[in-house]
Amino acid sequence: MRAAVIRFPGTNREKDAVVALTRATGRPPVVVWHKETELPELDLILLPGGFAYGDYLRAGAMAAHSPVMREVKRQAERGVAVVGICNGFQVLTEAGLLPGALLRNAGLKFVCRDVHLRVETSASPFTSAYNAGDVVRVPVAHHDGNYHADEATLARLEDEDRIAFRYVAGPGEPEARANPNGSIRAIAGILSENRRVLGMMPHPEDATDPLQGGTDGCRLFDGMARALA
Amino acid sequence: MKARVHVTLKNGVLDPQGKAIQHALDSLGFAGVEEVRQGKFIELELTETDAAKARSAVEEMCRKLLANTVIENYSVEVEG
Repeated sequence: MRAAVIRFPGTNREKDAVVALTRATGRPPVVVWHKETELPELDLILLPGGFAYGDYLRAGAMAAHSPVMREVKRQAERGVAVVGICNGFQVLTEAGLLPGALLRNAGLKFVCRDVHLRVETSASPFTSAYNAGDVVRVPVAHHDGNYHADEATLARLEDEDRIAFRYVAGPGEPEARANPNGSIRAIAGILSENRRVLGMMPHPEDATDPLQGGTDGCRLFDGMARALA
Repeated sequence: MKARVHVTLKNGVLDPQGKAIQHALDSLGFAGVEEVRQGKFIELELTETDAAKARSAVEEMCRKLLANTVIENYSVEVEG
Protein backbone atom coordinates (compact mmCIF):
# COMPACT_ATOMS: atom_id res chain seq x y z
CA MET A 1 0.00 0.00 0.00
CA ARG A 2 1.36 3.41 -1.02
CA ALA A 3 0.52 5.93 1.66
CA ALA A 4 1.18 9.62 2.24
CA VAL A 5 1.05 11.53 5.52
CA ILE A 6 0.31 15.25 5.15
CA ARG A 7 2.11 17.78 7.35
CA PHE A 8 0.79 21.26 8.01
CA PRO A 9 2.59 23.85 10.12
CA GLY A 10 1.54 22.81 13.63
CA THR A 11 0.99 19.13 12.83
CA ASN A 12 2.66 17.11 15.58
CA ARG A 13 1.41 13.51 15.39
CA GLU A 14 2.79 12.59 11.98
CA LYS A 15 5.61 10.45 13.36
CA ASP A 16 3.21 8.17 15.24
CA ALA A 17 1.23 7.78 12.02
CA VAL A 18 4.39 7.00 10.04
CA VAL A 19 5.42 4.31 12.55
CA ALA A 20 1.95 2.72 12.56
CA LEU A 21 1.72 2.70 8.74
CA THR A 22 5.25 1.33 8.36
CA ARG A 23 4.51 -1.48 10.81
CA ALA A 24 1.33 -2.43 8.96
CA THR A 25 2.54 -2.09 5.37
CA GLY A 26 6.24 -2.85 5.61
CA ARG A 27 7.18 0.39 3.87
CA PRO A 28 7.35 3.93 5.16
CA PRO A 29 4.77 6.39 3.82
CA VAL A 30 5.88 9.58 2.11
CA VAL A 31 5.52 12.65 4.29
CA VAL A 32 4.17 15.58 2.29
CA TRP A 33 4.45 19.26 3.27
CA HIS A 34 1.23 21.26 2.94
CA LYS A 35 2.70 23.55 0.25
CA GLU A 36 2.92 20.69 -2.26
CA THR A 37 0.45 20.90 -5.10
CA GLU A 38 0.96 17.40 -6.47
CA LEU A 39 0.87 13.99 -4.86
CA PRO A 40 2.31 10.75 -6.25
CA GLU A 41 0.12 7.73 -7.10
CA LEU A 42 -1.34 6.69 -3.76
CA ASP A 43 -3.70 4.22 -2.13
CA LEU A 44 -4.10 6.16 1.11
CA ILE A 45 -3.72 9.73 2.34
CA LEU A 46 -3.51 10.23 6.10
CA LEU A 47 -4.10 13.60 7.78
CA PRO A 48 -2.56 13.30 11.23
CA GLY A 49 -3.27 15.05 14.50
CA GLY A 50 -1.84 18.26 15.85
CA PHE A 51 -2.71 21.92 15.77
CA ALA A 52 -2.45 22.93 12.11
CA TYR A 53 -2.01 26.71 11.88
CA GLY A 54 -2.37 26.88 15.65
CA ASP A 55 -6.12 26.15 15.33
CA TYR A 56 -6.52 29.84 14.36
CA LEU A 57 -10.10 30.91 13.62
CA ARG A 58 -11.40 27.33 14.00
CA ALA A 59 -9.54 24.03 14.28
CA GLY A 60 -8.76 22.89 10.73
CA ALA A 61 -10.11 26.05 9.05
CA MET A 62 -6.81 27.31 7.66
CA ALA A 63 -5.41 23.89 6.79
CA ALA A 64 -8.55 23.10 4.78
CA HIS A 65 -7.53 25.85 2.35
CA SER A 66 -3.80 25.10 2.13
CA PRO A 67 -2.40 24.19 -1.31
CA VAL A 68 -2.12 20.42 -0.77
CA MET A 69 -5.79 20.12 0.17
CA ARG A 70 -6.90 20.87 -3.38
CA GLU A 71 -4.93 17.79 -4.47
CA VAL A 72 -6.23 15.73 -1.52
CA LYS A 73 -9.79 16.60 -2.59
CA ARG A 74 -9.03 15.70 -6.19
CA GLN A 75 -7.59 12.33 -5.17
CA ALA A 76 -10.52 11.67 -2.83
CA GLU A 77 -12.90 12.32 -5.72
CA ARG A 78 -10.96 9.70 -7.71
CA GLY A 79 -11.58 7.21 -4.89
CA VAL A 80 -8.21 7.32 -3.11
CA ALA A 81 -8.83 6.47 0.56
CA VAL A 82 -8.38 9.35 3.00
CA VAL A 83 -8.24 9.09 6.77
CA GLY A 84 -8.18 12.09 9.09
CA ILE A 85 -7.29 11.53 12.72
CA CYS A 86 -8.07 14.13 15.39
CA ASN A 87 -6.96 17.45 13.84
CA GLY A 88 -7.10 15.62 10.49
CA PHE A 89 -10.82 14.94 11.09
CA GLN A 90 -11.35 18.64 11.82
CA VAL A 91 -9.55 19.50 8.56
CA LEU A 92 -11.73 17.05 6.59
CA THR A 93 -14.98 18.59 7.91
CA GLU A 94 -13.71 22.12 7.23
CA ALA A 95 -12.71 21.04 3.71
CA GLY A 96 -16.19 19.66 3.08
CA LEU A 97 -14.98 16.07 2.60
CA LEU A 98 -17.04 14.96 5.61
CA PRO A 99 -20.29 16.43 6.98
CA GLY A 100 -20.72 18.13 10.35
CA ALA A 101 -18.25 20.02 12.54
CA LEU A 102 -16.15 19.55 15.67
CA LEU A 103 -17.02 21.96 18.48
CA ARG A 104 -15.24 22.76 21.74
CA ASN A 105 -15.46 19.81 24.17
CA ALA A 106 -18.63 19.99 26.27
CA GLY A 107 -16.54 19.99 29.46
CA LEU A 108 -14.40 22.85 28.05
CA LYS A 109 -11.19 21.01 28.96
CA PHE A 110 -8.55 19.36 26.81
CA VAL A 111 -9.15 15.62 27.27
CA CYS A 112 -6.21 13.22 27.11
CA ARG A 113 -7.02 9.66 28.17
CA ASP A 114 -8.00 6.25 26.88
CA VAL A 115 -11.57 5.83 25.64
CA HIS A 116 -13.56 2.82 24.48
CA LEU A 117 -15.03 2.74 21.01
CA ARG A 118 -17.60 0.42 19.54
CA VAL A 119 -16.95 -0.37 15.89
CA GLU A 120 -20.31 0.36 14.26
CA THR A 121 -19.58 -0.98 10.79
CA SER A 122 -16.96 -3.19 9.22
CA ALA A 123 -18.03 -2.11 5.72
CA SER A 124 -15.16 0.24 4.90
CA PRO A 125 -11.49 -0.15 3.96
CA PHE A 126 -10.61 1.23 7.42
CA THR A 127 -12.75 -1.00 9.61
CA SER A 128 -12.80 -4.23 7.60
CA ALA A 129 -10.50 -6.07 10.03
CA TYR A 130 -12.95 -5.41 12.89
CA ASN A 131 -16.37 -6.93 13.42
CA ALA A 132 -19.29 -4.57 13.93
CA GLY A 133 -19.88 -4.47 17.68
CA ASP A 134 -16.22 -4.93 18.66
CA VAL A 135 -15.17 -2.66 21.50
CA VAL A 136 -11.61 -1.30 21.35
CA ARG A 137 -9.53 0.90 23.63
CA VAL A 138 -7.58 3.81 22.12
CA PRO A 139 -6.52 7.24 23.41
CA VAL A 140 -8.02 10.64 22.67
CA ALA A 141 -6.16 13.94 23.04
CA HIS A 142 -8.16 16.98 21.96
CA HIS A 143 -9.91 20.20 22.93
CA ASP A 144 -12.37 20.40 20.03
CA GLY A 145 -13.77 16.93 19.51
CA ASN A 146 -17.45 17.52 20.17
CA TYR A 147 -19.03 16.24 16.95
CA HIS A 148 -22.07 18.15 15.75
CA ALA A 149 -24.33 17.81 12.73
CA ASP A 150 -27.94 18.77 12.10
CA GLU A 151 -30.73 16.21 12.49
CA ALA A 152 -31.07 15.58 8.75
CA THR A 153 -27.34 14.85 8.44
CA LEU A 154 -27.38 12.55 11.48
CA ALA A 155 -30.38 10.64 10.09
CA ARG A 156 -28.51 10.18 6.81
CA LEU A 157 -25.35 9.01 8.55
CA GLU A 158 -27.35 6.44 10.52
CA ASP A 159 -29.45 5.28 7.55
CA GLU A 160 -26.41 4.86 5.33
CA ASP A 161 -24.39 3.02 8.00
CA ARG A 162 -21.75 5.76 7.94
CA ILE A 163 -21.03 6.01 11.66
CA ALA A 164 -17.73 4.17 12.00
CA PHE A 165 -17.12 4.45 15.76
CA ARG A 166 -19.09 5.45 18.85
CA TYR A 167 -17.83 6.17 22.36
CA VAL A 168 -19.03 3.50 24.80
CA ALA A 169 -18.31 2.72 28.44
CA GLY A 170 -15.46 0.27 28.95
CA PRO A 171 -15.52 -2.63 31.43
CA GLY A 172 -16.50 -1.23 34.82
CA GLU A 173 -16.57 2.33 33.50
CA PRO A 174 -19.57 4.49 34.42
CA GLU A 175 -21.82 5.36 31.48
CA ALA A 176 -21.37 9.10 32.16
CA ARG A 177 -17.62 8.85 31.49
CA ALA A 178 -17.94 7.06 28.15
CA ASN A 179 -18.35 10.13 25.92
CA PRO A 180 -15.27 12.29 26.54
CA ASN A 181 -16.38 15.43 24.68
CA GLY A 182 -20.17 15.61 24.41
CA SER A 183 -20.31 14.44 20.79
CA ILE A 184 -23.87 14.14 19.55
CA ARG A 185 -25.07 10.51 19.59
CA ALA A 186 -21.61 9.65 20.99
CA ILE A 187 -20.14 9.77 17.49
CA ALA A 188 -16.34 9.28 17.42
CA GLY A 189 -15.81 8.70 13.69
CA ILE A 190 -17.75 8.91 10.43
CA LEU A 191 -17.44 7.80 6.80
CA SER A 192 -18.06 9.68 3.58
CA GLU A 193 -20.88 8.73 1.24
CA ASN A 194 -18.60 6.50 -0.86
CA ARG A 195 -17.07 5.05 2.37
CA ARG A 196 -13.53 5.97 1.21
CA VAL A 197 -13.02 8.88 3.63
CA LEU A 198 -12.88 8.31 7.39
CA GLY A 199 -12.61 10.99 10.06
CA MET A 200 -12.16 10.10 13.72
CA MET A 201 -11.14 11.99 16.85
CA PRO A 202 -9.40 9.11 18.72
CA HIS A 203 -5.83 8.08 17.89
CA PRO A 204 -5.63 4.47 16.64
CA GLU A 205 -1.96 5.06 15.71
CA ASP A 206 -1.23 5.51 19.40
CA ALA A 207 -2.53 2.04 20.20
CA THR A 208 -0.32 -0.04 17.92
CA ASP A 209 2.50 -1.09 20.25
CA PRO A 210 2.41 -2.67 23.72
CA LEU A 211 4.67 0.16 24.91
CA GLN A 212 1.85 2.58 24.13
CA GLY A 213 -0.40 0.70 26.53
CA GLY A 214 -2.47 -1.15 23.95
CA THR A 215 -2.60 -2.52 20.43
CA ASP A 216 -6.30 -2.24 19.56
CA GLY A 217 -5.47 0.26 16.82
CA CYS A 218 -3.41 -2.32 14.87
CA ARG A 219 -6.45 -3.81 13.21
CA LEU A 220 -7.34 -0.45 11.67
CA PHE A 221 -3.91 -0.19 10.03
CA ASP A 222 -3.71 -3.90 9.15
CA GLY A 223 -7.21 -3.72 7.66
CA MET A 224 -6.28 -0.72 5.53
CA ALA A 225 -3.06 -2.38 4.39
CA ARG A 226 -5.05 -5.40 3.22
CA ALA A 227 -8.06 -3.57 1.76
CA LEU A 228 -6.02 -0.93 -0.07
CA ALA A 229 -3.03 -2.99 -1.26
CA MET B 1 -13.50 51.10 4.00
CA LYS B 2 -14.11 49.12 7.12
CA ALA B 3 -16.18 45.96 7.37
CA ARG B 4 -17.23 44.30 10.59
CA VAL B 5 -18.24 40.67 10.77
CA HIS B 6 -20.09 39.00 13.62
CA VAL B 7 -19.93 35.21 13.69
CA THR B 8 -22.35 33.49 16.06
CA LEU B 9 -23.29 29.89 16.74
CA LYS B 10 -26.56 28.81 15.16
CA ASN B 11 -29.56 28.19 17.36
CA GLY B 12 -29.56 24.61 18.54
CA VAL B 13 -25.76 24.34 18.51
CA LEU B 14 -24.52 23.81 22.05
CA ASP B 15 -22.27 26.59 23.34
CA PRO B 16 -20.39 25.24 26.37
CA GLN B 17 -18.30 28.43 26.62
CA GLY B 18 -21.45 30.56 26.74
CA LYS B 19 -22.78 28.28 29.48
CA ALA B 20 -19.58 28.67 31.51
CA ILE B 21 -19.76 32.48 31.16
CA GLN B 22 -23.38 32.42 32.28
CA HIS B 23 -22.45 30.42 35.38
CA ALA B 24 -19.57 32.78 36.14
CA LEU B 25 -21.86 35.81 35.85
CA ASP B 26 -24.34 34.12 38.11
CA SER B 27 -21.70 33.40 40.74
CA LEU B 28 -20.59 37.06 40.58
CA GLY B 29 -24.11 38.05 41.56
CA PHE B 30 -25.41 39.16 38.16
CA ALA B 31 -28.88 37.71 38.41
CA GLY B 32 -31.31 37.35 35.55
CA VAL B 33 -28.95 36.30 32.74
CA GLU B 34 -31.02 33.68 30.98
CA GLU B 35 -28.55 32.69 28.29
CA VAL B 36 -25.09 33.61 27.02
CA ARG B 37 -23.90 32.83 23.48
CA GLN B 38 -20.29 33.53 22.66
CA GLY B 39 -19.27 34.53 19.15
CA LYS B 40 -16.48 36.17 17.18
CA PHE B 41 -16.01 39.72 15.95
CA ILE B 42 -13.74 40.28 12.96
CA GLU B 43 -12.78 43.71 11.62
CA LEU B 44 -11.50 44.09 8.05
CA GLU B 45 -9.90 47.12 6.44
CA LEU B 46 -10.69 47.00 2.72
CA THR B 47 -9.32 48.89 -0.28
CA GLU B 48 -12.74 48.65 -1.97
CA THR B 49 -14.64 51.96 -1.96
CA ASP B 50 -18.02 50.73 -3.22
CA ALA B 51 -20.13 49.62 -0.24
CA ALA B 52 -22.23 47.12 -2.18
CA LYS B 53 -19.15 45.45 -3.70
CA ALA B 54 -17.42 45.44 -0.32
CA ARG B 55 -20.42 43.77 1.29
CA SER B 56 -20.67 41.07 -1.34
CA ALA B 57 -16.90 40.39 -1.13
CA VAL B 58 -17.03 40.08 2.66
CA GLU B 59 -20.07 37.80 2.49
CA GLU B 60 -18.09 35.55 0.16
CA MET B 61 -15.20 35.60 2.68
CA CYS B 62 -17.65 34.54 5.38
CA ARG B 63 -18.97 31.64 3.36
CA LYS B 64 -15.49 30.45 2.35
CA LEU B 65 -13.49 30.97 5.55
CA LEU B 66 -14.61 33.36 8.27
CA ALA B 67 -17.64 31.31 9.31
CA ASN B 68 -18.35 27.59 9.23
CA THR B 69 -21.92 27.67 8.00
CA VAL B 70 -22.54 24.15 9.30
CA ILE B 71 -22.57 25.57 12.84
CA GLU B 72 -22.33 29.35 12.54
CA ASN B 73 -24.29 32.36 11.25
CA TYR B 74 -22.61 35.57 10.16
CA SER B 75 -23.65 39.17 9.74
CA VAL B 76 -21.73 41.87 7.88
CA GLU B 77 -21.67 45.63 8.48
CA VAL B 78 -19.92 47.91 6.01
CA GLU B 79 -18.96 51.39 7.06
CA GLY B 80 -17.60 54.23 5.01
